[in-house]
Amino acid sequence: MVEPPQGFGGDGFFTMKLSEAVGLARSNSLWPLPFATSCCGIEFMATMAAHYDLARFGAERLSFSPRQCDLIMVMGTIAKKMAPILKQVYLQMAEPRWVMAVGACACSGGIFDSYSVLQGIDQVIPVDVYVPGCPPRPEGIIDGFMRIQDLVKAESIRRRESDEYKALLNSYGIQ
Amino acid sequence: MLTNEIIKQRLTDKFGEQVRHFEEPYGMLTFETDRDNNLKVMTFLKEDEELGFTYLNDLTAVHYPDNTGQELAVVYMLQNIRTSTRVRLKVFTDITQPDVFTASGLFATSNWLEREAYDFYGVNFVGHPNLIRIMNVDEMDYFPQRKEYPVEEQTRIDKDDAMFGR
Repeated sequence: MVEPPQGFGGDGFFTMKLSEAVGLARSNSLWPLPFATSCCGIEFMATMAAHYDLARFGAERLSFSPRQCDLIMVMGTIAKKMAPILKQVYLQMAEPRWVMAVGACACSGGIFDSYSVLQGIDQVIPVDVYVPGCPPRPEGIIDGFMRIQDLVKAESIRRRESDEYKALLNSYGIQ
Repeated sequence: MLTNEIIKQRLTDKFGEQVRHFEEPYGMLTFETDRDNNLKVMTFLKEDEELGFTYLNDLTAVHYPDNTGQELAVVYMLQNIRTSTRVRLKVFTDITQPDVFTASGLFATSNWLEREAYDFYGVNFVGHPNLIRIMNVDEMDYFPQRKEYPVEEQTRIDKDDAMFGR
């Protein structure tokens, strides 16, 4: 059984911190955008299927539209020609947004150390969780998803307006 | 039956000394001609009644850095669909002026195949309607598959030399 969150309750009411309530609600209903490019995308299909169900964690509704999702999961090799497109998709997401890099190619270019492959998506967008593996097992992708859930639960509601976050986005050239 | 001997005989009858170096690696007739003759030879192969090589299987380029004066080779692979016979034609050109006549008038597929050969080797196809990069980033200023560049990406600073055999 899951324990109730910390707060003060009584007969017919319960109070808790707003950021915790919002964090709890957000983390258990993250809508991911599967930006699946290659083999890791196949592992993601296995993760969404019945055996390693990702929908248990609230990610039932996948959207392929960045305007309607919270989490972009970049799964697969991103070529240098694809990098501006990935950045455009990231820019179209609304705050709060999280990024998960699944697989060796998205984390660091993987085994494709060559002229055409982007050596890690963190060269174009800020990443929150990296899931290593080539490809990672569905359990690994679920573990990455759970780490994102921990980040979402613990996030302060002022984070997206803070100076540090603005400096991070500026370092990527995103306003 | 269209055999390699018939093809070779017809070619030498028509072109004489301009087609040379006949070989048959794995049974596929392979020969070479001058770079100015590529269209003449391919038109003959395509439009002749008996030969009828109407299908361009592939068009690629190869870089031989040691053959000075003839570094870039453009390789055409033609097929006769009725008899399923294949033949390979090579033209060699200089790397400092890699001009080759385009085959896009003869074979429509050579449009994109020549763009790929240009993108990776820098072969300039004279008369091509739209010779721009097809697969690499448009701003790239070098030709990646020439054997002049290191294969690895040079902007990484975090690679461990011991793991890479250095």
